[in-house]
Amino acid sequence: MTSVGPPPDRPGNRSLDPHLRRYAARAAGMTASEVRALFAVASRPEVVSLAGGMPNLTALPLDSLSGEIADLVRADGLVALQYGSAHGLPELRDQICEVMALEGVRGHPDDVVVTVGSQMALDMVTRIFCDPGDVVLAEGPSYVGALGTFTAYQAGVVHVAMDEHGLVPEALREALAACTAAGKRVKFLYTIPNFHNPAGVTLSVPRRAEVLEICARHGVLIVEDNPYGLLGFDGQTYPALRSMDPDNVVYLGSFSKTFAAGLRVGWALAPHAVREKLMLAAESATLCPPTLNQMIVSRYLATHDWRGQIKSFQLAYRDRRDAMIAALEQYLPKGCSWTVPDGGFFVWLTVPAGVDTKAMLPRAVTARVAYVSGTGFYADGLGSRQMRLSFCYPTPERITEGVRRLAAVLSDELELAATFGPVSLRPGSGPQVPSPDTA
Amino acid sequence: MSDRWVAVLSGGLSHERDVSLRSGRRLSAALRSAGVTVEEWDADASLLARLREQRPDAVVVALHGGEGEGGSVQTVLEMLDVPYVGADSHACRRAWDKPTAKTELVRAGLATPEWVVLPHATFRELGAQPVLTAMVDRLGLPLMLKPEQGGSALGAQVVRDAADLPAAMVGCLAYSETVLAERFVAGVEVAVTVIDGPDGPEALPAVEIVPERGVYDYTARYTAGLTTFHTPARLDAQSAAAVADLAVAAHRLLGLRDVSRTDAIVAPDGTVYFLEVNSSPGLTETSLLPMAIEVAGRSLGDIYAGLIERAVDRAR
Repeated sequence: MTSVGPPPDRPGNRSLDPHLRRYAARAAGMTASEVRALFAVASRPEVVSLAGGMPNLTALPLDSLSGEIADLVRADGLVALQYGSAHGLPELRDQICEVMALEGVRGHPDDVVVTVGSQMALDMVTRIFCDPGDVVLAEGPSYVGALGTFTAYQAGVVHVAMDEHGLVPEALREALAACTAAGKRVKFLYTIPNFHNPAGVTLSVPRRAEVLEICARHGVLIVEDNPYGLLGFDGQTYPALRSMDPDNVVYLGSFSKTFAAGLRVGWALAPHAVREKLMLAAESATLCPPTLNQMIVSRYLATHDWRGQIKSFQLAYRDRRDAMIAALEQYLPKGCSWTVPDGGFFVWLTVPAGVDTKAMLPRAVTARVAYVSGTGFYADGLGSRQMRLSFCYPTPERITEGVRRLAAVLSDELELAATFGPVSLRPGSGPQVPSPDTA
Repeated sequence: MSDRWVAVLSGGLSHERDVSLRSGRRLSAALRSAGVTVEEWDADASLLARLREQRPDAVVVALHGGEGEGGSVQTVLEMLDVPYVGADSHACRRAWDKPTAKTELVRAGLATPEWVVLPHATFRELGAQPVLTAMVDRLGLPLMLKPEQGGSALGAQVVRDAADLPAAMVGCLAYSETVLAERFVAGVEVAVTVIDGPDGPEALPAVEIVPERGVYDYTARYTAGLTTFHTPARLDAQSAAAVADLAVAAHRLLGLRDVSRTDAIVAPDGTVYFLEVNSSPGLTETSLLPMAIEVAGRSLGDIYAGLIERAVDRAR
């Protein structure tokens, strides 16, 4: 890397970071961010945060869980507190296959690699497939944590348009053709087919076959990220892409939304050869996933009505979705539109032309409501007319109040847009989304 | 060693909450090193009850933004007769409102970049374009846009092209209903800390700021390494004395107390321009006040411990 920055420290001349010249190029974007700082306010109870994606855990059976965990340590502590295999506990991998079967996935436990959340699985997949300059295709918008991972490995992201039925196959064809014409090497399509983060839409079943066919024809791997698949509000599920093409899909799953995000237990199900590399990559990253946490998940799946628990999550999130949609209909000014998710955590809101959701955020924080600007979900600067609204964490009453506040902010911003005309802010540096622990 | 116990207020609900929390943590650690017993409190709905029940010897306000710098928390402390470090509520208000502070300094014959102050309503009622055109005609380009009140450079921008003005206005008005537009003055950017001592206010050596990307914005302020600081500033003796005099004058004219930090520009012709003054300066790892204290050969904890004693004495 070309050295940048001021000369090394000497008395009277300080950069406050003596390591400045040593960072890898991939650390260039790791800077303080004005937008991210605003989210610090969102953690205060006075603010209705529609920004974060924290699961609502209030329905978890904490009493019985605490007993189970205590018993685990008492009875199996010498195993639970010891290193384990990078592959993950065998009994948990068996159970993961049971969970995946609910969405039609028939995987062998040997092909499951347990990871520290599915975020780690995504990191491993990107690490083994992407060289700097390679291209990853991703829906536009896409999960910000994935975009961050791709950027960290210096892969380029090409977005593929979506509509209310999910990723648009024709747009996928066009993106692949454009990449080919530009001499770019596409390594995989990253997709969240169910209850998309942040768009809230689901890939229709007919399109699933089409997407698989297009990728197979172009020799492009699919990375299917499915953290929300079991959170359909009517209990509905959709066939996983992996269930339709086991050879060309790496499937990423997680217990973060169906059980406990804090345990950080996720997994990858991959074709045999890929799985071998994922295990080696995982070993070098963490040696092994946390044994105790795996045992907690395994014990929970064995002793609790986890399907019933998921059902209760579905109902709780449906109530919150209903509250948000009702409030959007009641309060938002004309010219706004939004997705109506039938599962998951998020609504994707489009505001009238002339309003920049990133520019508006400080005003919203002043009005004690927070959201995430759409710009955080694109690698190419788009999204300034969109925002992600999370309904997973606040109560329905708080959601209603939050949307009411947001509507007032939007009205003020429309007035500003009427005064100054449509504007587009300079792309900001640093992370533009809240940290994971933001409600 | 001190036998004082104090509450350090940080956090709050301003846009600078994150910065304030970092200031509070650093100050608390420094005070503990100086032997002061410290509790770190957020400025929230429990504050008044805590103040009444626990009665700290003094409060140190490490809040930034409107609550801490605009005088509202100070008013509460005054109502409860709680000793606190820093300027009183009236002085805070004068310093916090940038046009008010600039006006005071101009009245005293000090230099500050020419400015105009305009609320959103003026643009709405008279039409944005003619008002912006008049602004550019008056101040020239580039110009500096800032929220009328605010800190950490949030919403502030250098505008070099008139075509960028509407977007900059929208960005600025997101933080405040009124903008302050200033003629841009190029030069050496410095910050001067003033500490009240037994002989009156004393200016510490100026810190010179050289942002890597040319603009000392939020990212440059809070990302270690993106700004080079020269301590003391590379000024000749005359300019160094002039910036020190300016900072002490601002401190006195605005009625500030205990501690303040004045930001200024030394133009190539030697003129020193006042930009703004902070009554609750940042104390983070990348903030300017702790650097000035260090280059003066003093310690943050000892200085604030001394200011706590002053606050307690004032209340007697």
